[in-house]
Amino acid sequence: MESNRVTDARAPARSAQSDAALVQVRGLRTVLNDKIIFDGMDLDIPRGKITAIMGPSGTGKTTLLRHITGQLMPDAGEIRVDGINVPTLSRNALFDLRERIGFLFQNSALLTDFSVFENVAFPLRQHLRLPEEIVRNIVLTKLQAVGLRGAAELMPSELSGGMARRVALARAMIRDPMLILYDEPFVGLDPIALNQVLKLIRTLNDTLGLTSVLVAHEFAAVTRAADLVYLIAGGKVVARGTPDELTRADSAWTKQFFGGDADGPVPFQYPARDYASDLGFPSPTPAERAA
Amino acid sequence: MSAVRKEPSRIVDALAQVGACGLFLFQILGAIPKSLRHIKETLRQIWFVGAMSLVIIMTCGLFVGMVLGLQLYYVLSIFGGTAALGTVVSLALYRELGPVVTALLFAGRAGTSITAEIGLMRATDQLSAMEMMAVDPLAYVAAPRFLAGIIAMPLLACVFNALGILGAHIVGVSWLGLDNGTFWSNMTSSVDVWKDVVNGVYKSTAFGAVVALIAVFQGYTTPPTSEGVAYATTRTVVFSSIVVLALDFVMTAFLM
Repeated sequence: MESNRVTDARAPARSAQSDAALVQVRGLRTVLNDKIIFDGMDLDIPRGKITAIMGPSGTGKTTLLRHITGQLMPDAGEIRVDGINVPTLSRNALFDLRERIGFLFQNSALLTDFSVFENVAFPLRQHLRLPEEIVRNIVLTKLQAVGLRGAAELMPSELSGGMARRVALARAMIRDPMLILYDEPFVGLDPIALNQVLKLIRTLNDTLGLTSVLVAHEFAAVTRAADLVYLIAGGKVVARGTPDELTRADSAWTKQFFGGDADGPVPFQYPARDYASDLGFPSPTPAERAA
Repeated sequence: MSAVRKEPSRIVDALAQVGACGLFLFQILGAIPKSLRHIKETLRQIWFVGAMSLVIIMTCGLFVGMVLGLQLYYVLSIFGGTAALGTVVSLALYRELGPVVTALLFAGRAGTSITAEIGLMRATDQLSAMEMMAVDPLAYVAAPRFLAGIIAMPLLACVFNALGILGAHIVGVSWLGLDNGTFWSNMTSSVDVWKDVVNGVYKSTAFGAVVALIAVFQGYTTPPTSEGVAYATTRTVVFSSIVVLALDFVMTAFLM
């Protein structure tokens, strides 16, 4: 009942925003532990598409997802989801918005006291008063989609990492959200499961008219699933385009990141003292360095 | 020198923790109406912290009562007052030992498990997952455990008192030969239901609230690491014990 009310109340806003990007980030600035994560970043997530966010480790990809869902508030900037500025929302309004967002955690985050079935049914039981038979049918349908209907009675401790990821995926899509955020969905999956998850992400997005955001490092997988790729580094978007465009792009960022080179604009080494002096050898003179 | 410099910041940190715990209490109280939707979860927690603690509470209650019976019989026999054994044991249990010892045991048995459970839920992103599913962890996780502590503690204290009196009866009457009628009649004539029994129930309810609050707060705010959960569990026992004993003094002063 509450869910219907929320949807109806937002219907005009949604239609007004229908042509705009579902997620709009403007002037995002975030500083965590004295480190600048985002420095005035702008980014649009188009409706109905699968958008991949890529970038070196520690550039704030997961942090961006946490900003979109209001788990973490930025120091400055706007994050609009379906026209709603997330950082200004009250706790209750934020929860209303989250009812329309699915989130796949990096570590699955299954509730360890509940079986697979109860984990997937959890959002339904908490927000909707549906007859048990309907809950069962919806849950089994989603579990069938991720290939784990037969594992419905298992406990999370009995699942492999890949299976847990697929259960979390079933839970994230149980209420057919408008937006699904996937945080590293391919980690720990064997090739069969990876292929199935890729197909699932694509099929769900297209058949249900969802909008999907993928945070991933596996470029080969991303090229098969994503319509649009953002490459983030140094607190800003350094490249944007389709996977084909980025593969062919003549930018130092894309060449280093997709080529996997240690040398380039993204430093492989964490900032440190001079290597030779750290090992107890005399530091090289500027002339020796130049040579 | 640096240790001296650190002291003021430690005091400030400790005061900040007390303040944060106070604010957390208001957040939990605010979440209680919403938590009534999860009444099954509250009942499950009452079972977990209450019924599952019965064995340790009953065992300890029995032995505390037996020790009290033995010690007091020895002391009272010096003055020829062994007939007052039932009275003294029951007053000691109802007014002080029952609520306090039960609270200390409760902190060790249920408080630590609450902290460890919530801390691990924090470390494995289960609380974040609930928030992402628009389920308030304060209403679903924190408030039911807090309510369970408040409800279970007085019941456990009553069980502790009953087993303590039984222990004293076994020692005094069955072993040392005190007259059974004297034991019970002196007790029933001297113990006042409102001043002794009910005040003990008030105390144990307050102790249950304090221990549950500290346990939930420590688990909820623990750093999401194995070391963080270990420290939080230890802090639950240490802080609960200190606060229970200090609060016991304050409540005794007001309830006398």
